[in-house]
Amino acid sequence: MQQSNGYIIGYTAGLTVVCALVLAFVSLLLKDRQDANVQREMKQNILSTVMTLDDKADVEALYTKRVKSYLVDANGDKVEKDASGAAIVVEKLPTSFVADEYKKSVNERKFPVYEIVNENDPNKTDYFVLPVYGYGLWNNISGYISLEGDLNTVKGVKFSHVGETPGLGARIADAEIQGRYAGKKLFEGPEMVAIMMQKGENGGGSASIAAFKDNPHAVDGMSGATITGKGVNNMLAEYFKQGYKNFLLNKKGGNKAASL
Amino acid sequence: MSTQVADAKVEKVSEPLFSKKNRKLLVDPLDGNNPVTVQVLGICSALAVTVQMKPALFMALGLTFVTAFSNLFISFIRNTIPSRIRIIVQLAVVSLWVILVDQLLKAYMYDISKQLSVFVGLIITNCIVMGRLEAFAMANKPWPSLLDGLGNGFGYGIILLAVAFFRELLGSGSLYGYKIIGADSLTGLPYQGNGLMMLPAGACIIVGLLIWAQRARNGYAEDH
Repeated sequence: MQQSNGYIIGYTAGLTVVCALVLAFVSLLLKDRQDANVQREMKQNILSTVMTLDDKADVEALYTKRVKSYLVDANGDKVEKDASGAAIVVEKLPTSFVADEYKKSVNERKFPVYEIVNENDPNKTDYFVLPVYGYGLWNNISGYISLEGDLNTVKGVKFSHVGETPGLGARIADAEIQGRYAGKKLFEGPEMVAIMMQKGENGGGSASIAAFKDNPHAVDGMSGATITGKGVNNMLAEYFKQGYKNFLLNKKGGNKAASL
Repeated sequence: MSTQVADAKVEKVSEPLFSKKNRKLLVDPLDGNNPVTVQVLGICSALAVTVQMKPALFMALGLTFVTAFSNLFISFIRNTIPSRIRIIVQLAVVSLWVILVDQLLKAYMYDISKQLSVFVGLIITNCIVMGRLEAFAMANKPWPSLLDGLGNGFGYGIILLAVAFFRELLGSGSLYGYKIIGADSLTGLPYQGNGLMMLPAGACIIVGLLIWAQRARNGYAEDH
């Protein structure tokens, strides 16, 4: 009796409506919490490239106190107003801002810059934190690169990913891999060289750092995750050989015309 | 209609909650009728998420949750499901629970949800979930179905953790993220991580060895 077409269609429609209602309700209920997680993670990522945060750290307060943010374009000039003429507040931009800009060609993008100011002197910038975005093996990868005040030496990096393989490419999110970038340099004299992750791995841990300690532009690779490593390299190359390059040169006081 | 009434009557004079039969539902999938090593279901994710123990643990918990509650829900509505579209109905129910798990993880355990990434969504395709719905929940009452779901989830979890234990230890010299052997580790014993264990092929070998050991112990033989 249950097998009539009418019953089947009615049953399907009913089930669909019930499932949709439950999911819509749950999504509404959890959305604020999920968005807060994403925002908090972003601030945490920015801060954690330059300092160690423990679980109890008050990320919001630290961020408000230490971070000064603005947008620059590919020429390295500050972008103060959006298309409608309203002043831009980087924190108010959607959390997907860097990802959205990534879809444009690199010279048309706008790039957020986060200056971490000195704890005691808010007019002195200790570090510059620059978000980057790219593609790994399976899906998008992203990160924050923090530079020392010389705008050349890497203080720390923070990578995250959407769908890299756990244990292989997903290791870019591990502190061990990210630690390999500390102290590396972007420029060789006036020339931008960026930093390349190499193929193959030299034993991990301190052995990996020791293997490339004489080369400021290379870091040890991840065994079994060559393509993710290439994705990271492409991401860094795109954002530093183009992207932020003019901003860095301007800030360093280099000649912009000569660099173009 | 008559079958539903009969069902209701039987439930009233039902056996104790943890009768021998019900306990068997819970315990059997852990060893003698394990979904991974004996029924060889859910192998795909056993190969994918077992590189480290932490994702394996949460994957196992997620799958247990989904299997148990899908079983429960399908068992409640089993007599109303039109048999011609029962697989689609099962799939819709499984997807509902999987999305719930994913959303909850994103809201309350954001770090874990980032680590598991796509694999939570892939619980939908796990053969164990659909297998239990089709083989058990469609023909049994809600309480035994819930136990059956929990039992199979745990059975899957045990194997996942066992495989992850060996892969993480041999592959990266650590357990649950703590370095045990190799450079910069707790013991400081010299050890070079085995790259094979980081790859799905390594999991295949471990699962194979587990199946061998288990069958040798239980005297299990394939039916011919």
